[in-house]
Amino acid sequence: MIRATHLPLLVTLGTFVLAYALCGYAYPAMLSTRVIANLLTDNAFIGIAAVGMTFVILSGGIDLSIGSIIAFTGVFLAVILRDTSLHPLVAFAIVLALTTCFGAAMGATIHYLEMPPFIVTLAGMFLARGAAYVLSTESVPITHEFYDTLQGLYWKVDGARFRLIGGVMVLTFIAGILIAHRTRFGQNVYALGGGEQAAKLMGVPVAQTTIGIYALSGGLAGLSGIVFSLYTSAGYSLATVGVELDAIAAVVIGGTLLTGGYGFVAGTFFGILIMGLIQTYIVFDGTLSSWWTKIVIGGLLFAFILLQKGLMWATQAKAGQAKRKKATGFAAHS
Amino acid sequence: MKLKTVLLATAIASAPIAATAADMTIGFSQIGSESGWRAAETTVTRLEAEERGIELKFADAQQKQENQIKAIRSFIAQGVDAILIAPVVATGWDEVLEEAQDAEIPVVLLDRTVDADESLYLTAVTSDLVHEGQVAGEWLATEMDGADCRIVELQGTTGSSPAIDRKNGFEQGIAGHDNLEIVRSQTGDFTRAQGKVVMESFLKAEGGENICALYAHNDDMAVGAIQAIKEAGLTPGEDIKIVAIDAVPDAHLAIANGEMNATIELTPNMAGPALDALEAYFADGTEPAKWIQTESKLFTAADDNQAIYEMKKDLGY
Repeated sequence: MIRATHLPLLVTLGTFVLAYALCGYAYPAMLSTRVIANLLTDNAFIGIAAVGMTFVILSGGIDLSIGSIIAFTGVFLAVILRDTSLHPLVAFAIVLALTTCFGAAMGATIHYLEMPPFIVTLAGMFLARGAAYVLSTESVPITHEFYDTLQGLYWKVDGARFRLIGGVMVLTFIAGILIAHRTRFGQNVYALGGGEQAAKLMGVPVAQTTIGIYALSGGLAGLSGIVFSLYTSAGYSLATVGVELDAIAAVVIGGTLLTGGYGFVAGTFFGILIMGLIQTYIVFDGTLSSWWTKIVIGGLLFAFILLQKGLMWATQAKAGQAKRKKATGFAAHS
Repeated sequence: MKLKTVLLATAIASAPIAATAADMTIGFSQIGSESGWRAAETTVTRLEAEERGIELKFADAQQKQENQIKAIRSFIAQGVDAILIAPVVATGWDEVLEEAQDAEIPVVLLDRTVDADESLYLTAVTSDLVHEGQVAGEWLATEMDGADCRIVELQGTTGSSPAIDRKNGFEQGIAGHDNLEIVRSQTGDFTRAQGKVVMESFLKAEGGENICALYAHNDDMAVGAIQAIKEAGLTPGEDIKIVAIDAVPDAHLAIANGEMNATIELTPNMAGPALDALEAYFADGTEPAKWIQTESKLFTAADDNQAIYEMKKDLGY
């Protein structure tokens, strides 16, 4: 049983190691520290957002709003820093509070109005993107000195630069892993993903947990937006379109079950790295159309969905007798 | 910071230069393939590199800056000899350009410029949008030779820099000619369909016989307008003179058929001058000027437009 649930994570890890080995075989330069530093820096914003997405998917939900929230955060910061004399740290605090509340509001809507997360977060996606456009349709540059200071923070090894934002992503993943496996909230998320009815019977505070999950996802999207604004030194309302879908793909490739209940935050980390690796390989090759990235990710997703289905059948067959008994008992109760 | 960049610049300039064109590898980060012109730019860049025996690594950013930054970082990690970028937006390039400079890889900007310090890139190859409009205006002034002319203008996407600059340029071109007057000016959004719709409304509002010339900010809108003029029972190119910008294959075809009078080329060959500058730089360290302006060539019925059309149509426009 434990083996079966760990299998997707192991497959993800195996895929990553194999893919990296193949890349290194084709282009030895891909094994350099520079490429590793690039993988961390270039995927920082999407990685942070994917941590939030992992919690959402673990609970059996979905969050389509994160790409728009990232763009909104960037534009909001750029406009605030241009038009007021607020310190960026204060602006960060305001925007994090805003995005967390926005996520919490979506969570509350999902729970109290019993609406599907898909629809509620779709509305959130349009709202946040629209708000970004209202603030500015043009790319607004950020020129604050504090940004230069933050961008100047890096650790240089062999010409490779491990930048602050890559570090923020790694820390976010570590925090995510601790929350998922070491806290009551984390347990509740897994329980909720196993089935809302069952979770209720187990005494999980469903309302609180649902709101918490979407607040976390919104807040991390806000953090991702801050990182993205550091990455591009600008706020642009057209930025990060479709990032939510990339994040979902990373979570699934990372071995989390789309139906919820099973999965690991650490898996998502490798999901992100695999996707980054594919992109890097295609640029290294230099002759393939960059749309192959999408094709390969699509293929991987499909393979992982098949794997998940296969595992579910296998576990169901194993636990067959016991489960059937439980199910009839439950039916008699209600 | 400034000192560091200066030191680096001198370090790069005085470094022994080993690479020759024959064994050069160049990375090219393209915005995407949103327009025919962009596709032609990609094709021409590939051809130019091939001709010189340069290995070109091509990365399509699918209109996303993050993809461009990633591609540039990957080019640096790969150790290419030089990088060409057609930047999708002007902001946010400082960090990655500094990394390229650190790795002593010269960067050339194509087609658009960026809001970064000049020392961070070798040169920028762009067209002069104002100049294009000016050439169009001057052509019309010469063509009319003092005769009165009521002009209608089809503008590009509102607020976009080509629309603003091409409008200003045209106005500069016709300045001082009191016989020329822009009577109507509206946006056709750079598209064929909108060009046709807006031209129809011009014809209705002014009456076809009262319009003497059309200036469109790009050829696509002009081609749409030609359709509208025909449907109104007038002869495009004769009853209404038409001048536009870009010189796409369809515009050459229209000129060859006598339906259009002039177009000003926005050359898709930005890579040619860029590679020339890089080759000179690698050969003996020649620092090119910070801005290389491409030629805004005027094409009229005097050119062999049929032949140009045949040559251009396979470039991917």
